[in-house]
Amino acid sequence: MMRAHKIIRFARIAVFIFAAASSSAAQESHIARWTGHADAGKQLYFRYCWGCHGFRGDGNGENAQYLNILPRNFVAATFKCRSTPTGTLPTDEDLSRAIERGLVNSNMPSWSALTNQQRGDLVAFIKTFSPRWKSEKPGDPIQVPPEPAINLESIQHGKELFTKLECWKCHGAEGRGDGPAAASLTDNSNQPIHPYDFQTGSRFKCGTTNEDLFKIFMTGLDGTPMPSFADVLKPNEAWDLVHYLRTLQVTHKSPELRLWESTKEGAEIMKATRVGGTPTGSGIN
Amino acid sequence: MRVRKVLVVVAALFATLTMSSARPQNGGISGRVTFDGTPAKPRTIDMSMEPSCAKQYAKPVAAENVVTGPDNALENVVVYVSAGAPDEPPPSQPAILTQKGCRYAPHILAFQVNQDFEVVNDDQTSHNIHPLPSSNREWNKSQPPGAPPIEDKYARPEFIPVKCNIHPWMKGTLAVMKNSHYAITTGDGEFKLQNLPPGNYAITAWHESYGEQTQQVSITGSDSKTMNFVFKAKPY
Repeated sequence: MMRAHKIIRFARIAVFIFAAASSSAAQESHIARWTGHADAGKQLYFRYCWGCHGFRGDGNGENAQYLNILPRNFVAATFKCRSTPTGTLPTDEDLSRAIERGLVNSNMPSWSALTNQQRGDLVAFIKTFSPRWKSEKPGDPIQVPPEPAINLESIQHGKELFTKLECWKCHGAEGRGDGPAAASLTDNSNQPIHPYDFQTGSRFKCGTTNEDLFKIFMTGLDGTPMPSFADVLKPNEAWDLVHYLRTLQVTHKSPELRLWESTKEGAEIMKATRVGGTPTGSGIN
Repeated sequence: MRVRKVLVVVAALFATLTMSSARPQNGGISGRVTFDGTPAKPRTIDMSMEPSCAKQYAKPVAAENVVTGPDNALENVVVYVSAGAPDEPPPSQPAILTQKGCRYAPHILAFQVNQDFEVVNDDQTSHNIHPLPSSNREWNKSQPPGAPPIEDKYARPEFIPVKCNIHPWMKGTLAVMKNSHYAITTGDGEFKLQNLPPGNYAITAWHESYGEQTQQVSITGSDSKTMNFVFKAKPY
């Protein structure tokens, strides 16, 4: 009787120690109907990811020294593409979407060839690198109200906001990413970083849709100089800004651009940016 | 049983209160922070990119990474009790960091763990407030002119560099302290840590460019101890 008790107690302690040692394995992710498991994600990570993101997930993989936007450091758990407010952890879905989409203008490719289950497993494993995932919950996703109709008023108001909020300080008056502060920007690893160039780019860092654009400036891209404007923009103003930003993408045929080109002001700006094509737009008649 | 417990607690509280008011037994530490050698000539800041700020200064202002005073005094050194004192709950009033003339005032803002702090924009230009903590959560927020103060607090003690990405010369520090025993040196390099109960303490002096130093001290009764720190100036 006594011995049976002892064995049970010993087994309990053993289980406890085992659970503590393999706590990483307990981390899960939940995206739609998939549950990701860190155990499975670990296998995938050491096949596909560690070359850049490193054995410890600190972004110091052997390829990191060749990359000019350093791989994400999962130990710091600071992520650019989130649906959650600045300073908070992203949702599992945010991370999975980033893996699926890849990050434009960086060396992170799209992993759309993986299955949803595999991406969920990877997300679960990535979350074992930082203790933040144990002590904090992801932020509450920011509210994105339905997009209002695109009209000239909205674009015009967005243009005013672009000036008033001084987006041009970094992104440039024409959205070329050549504003007066652009040259001095550094990211959190103290590496030089370029503001997004609307004229040559069509995809954004965190997606392609108007809603993605809305989220980018309302959540900020944590770890970069791009701040959150959630405290200073009302949701309807944010949509106006989205509509104006679309007109800066002169190589991307959007409904906003078409509407903007139909106005005198828009057509003139459009003509100048297209003919010029020089970094400063100089020499345009 | 419960009544007796309450009575004991009340008695103990009363005893400590009367003791501390009747006979102040707590000691203090005062001293001066200086540098040795020749510091680099302060870099002047070119604010021409931001005319609304540049016009506030008659002559170009200098960077504040090393600020010195007469007789080798070193300014902006945080002197604090790093060990020996218990952690304290935060005071209720917020600490305030003001952006004025495209600089942070004060250059170093010290406050306690979980104490509210506010960032105010007094300028006619947008700033983005970007603290870069390593053990607290990191955020980055835009603050146009006239926007309400940005409020937050930090859960862990740390020296957090804060910068504005739009105006790259704007650099400051948020010093998150574990207790209320801290001081920041001003132009004469002097500091005072008061109201320290008897005990053994580690006193650390931290400077953003010259690093940190720690000294041990033992306070008995209402001692007032003297302690000086000398930092080696870096010529570059």
